[in-house]
Amino acid sequence: MKSSNLKIRGLSKRFDDLVVLDAIDLDIPLDSHTTVIGKSGIGKSVLLKCLSGLLTADSGEVSLDGAPGKFPQCAYMFQQNALFDSQTVWENIALPLSEKERISNKDLAQRVNSLVEQLDLENAVDKYPAEISGGMKKRVALARALITNPEIILFDEPTTGLDPERKFAVFDMIRSYRERFGFTVIMVSHDVPEVFRITDQVAWLDGGKFKFWGTPEELNQSPPSELEGFLNPKLSSQSSVA
Amino acid sequence: MIGRIGRKGISFVSELGELTLFSTSSLGSLLKGRHMLEKLVRAIYEIGVRCVPITLIVGLFTGLVLGLQLYYVLNKFSSESLLGQAVALSIIMEIGPVFTAIMIVGQAGSALSAEIGIQRNAEQVDALKTMQINPLGFLVSPRLYAALICFPILTAFFDIVGIFGGHLTGVSMLGVDGGAYWNRIYESVSLRNVRDGFIKSLAFGLITTAICAFQGYFTHTKASVPGARGVSQTTTRAVVLSSIAILASDYLLTSFLLEK
Repeated sequence: MKSSNLKIRGLSKRFDDLVVLDAIDLDIPLDSHTTVIGKSGIGKSVLLKCLSGLLTADSGEVSLDGAPGKFPQCAYMFQQNALFDSQTVWENIALPLSEKERISNKDLAQRVNSLVEQLDLENAVDKYPAEISGGMKKRVALARALITNPEIILFDEPTTGLDPERKFAVFDMIRSYRERFGFTVIMVSHDVPEVFRITDQVAWLDGGKFKFWGTPEELNQSPPSELEGFLNPKLSSQSSVA
Repeated sequence: MIGRIGRKGISFVSELGELTLFSTSSLGSLLKGRHMLEKLVRAIYEIGVRCVPITLIVGLFTGLVLGLQLYYVLNKFSSESLLGQAVALSIIMEIGPVFTAIMIVGQAGSALSAEIGIQRNAEQVDALKTMQINPLGFLVSPRLYAALICFPILTAFFDIVGIFGGHLTGVSMLGVDGGAYWNRIYESVSLRNVRDGFIKSLAFGLITTAICAFQGYFTHTKASVPGARGVSQTTTRAVVLSSIAILASDYLLTSFLLEK
């Protein structure tokens, strides 16, 4: 098992009587790719929102190893990218820096242009989000996430609504940019088993708890019996029909 | 029945409290954000410049109708010479601020509410939060300050065009003496009347912009249905509530200002 760096301890979140996260614990090594899988509406996105600060957890804590109270800088990739449609691609990428940091126009342009070049967005900088393809929007959102050099990027179902070919393209994009920029990925995904190609570890969330945590290989070798239906829905539906 | 009224009352007071907190937080966010001057100029363009034509058109027709109506009323008492005074005071103290505010709400307020509502649904507000950018400072604060600048200016435009409209009907069409029209305005309209009109327009600007932004910002919790229909619902509610708020606060302000 890898050394754990990001520690989630006793994280709980409920909405009225509905317990979504029930004192969950998870260790996430930095510089790794962790994918949280589970059924729809089980609380995967709630977990990401608690990690990003969009939702306040009822209890529990998230901290770095040996640095209680310190949380690494996070960026969030939304399902629908959340790009500002009245701003150009360039302005969207520059937004976190131009709004938050005292930075000269020259330095800002340098940092944005560098990312634009690395993510192959040269031809799109003056366009608006509505004028570019879905894959390009993902890259713009990733560029905007990367501009502040975050240690962790949270991906909320990045392949929702994409056909299988584009799904693989997005997964490959995430893998290649993670290798190039060295950020930690915490991803929520439904795309099982496709996502196993790029993830280092898988966490299965069910009933407010993590029922499995390990590598994709470990999961394939000895999947928990409750998880088999989720991993092989066809088999599961065949057996229920039989 | 009583319980229902009580719940409605509590919900109204609670929403009023939320709106007040929202407005004060937004006003306080101006200095914390960056590039606020650029955002303010853009908001002044959206709220102010784009509303100039509609304000001038409505101001002109209001003045024309007012000149016509008041002429026939004053004519019954052989007091047509008071037309300038009657038109000017009605417009400066009441009709100008109220109609201008309603026009701006119809044009810019509804657009503001819908824009923020769509941004909320498209997770852009959440995106700002994850980037540690204060959404109130980014989206709402420049609009509130722009409203404080634009409402009195547009009201002044409305007043001037309205008074000219009254002149057009009264003097040019119905034969009231032009010198008497302007002289009565000069004698009767005091700086206090003008100030009171501007106080009202400032209040209307703040209240209506806050209501429109508030409805859009919380479209995910205020609307009974999600998505586009939810935005449509909160936009309609923003315009209706703003219009009611204009008339209700006009009554309160008038009572207060006339007593002073």
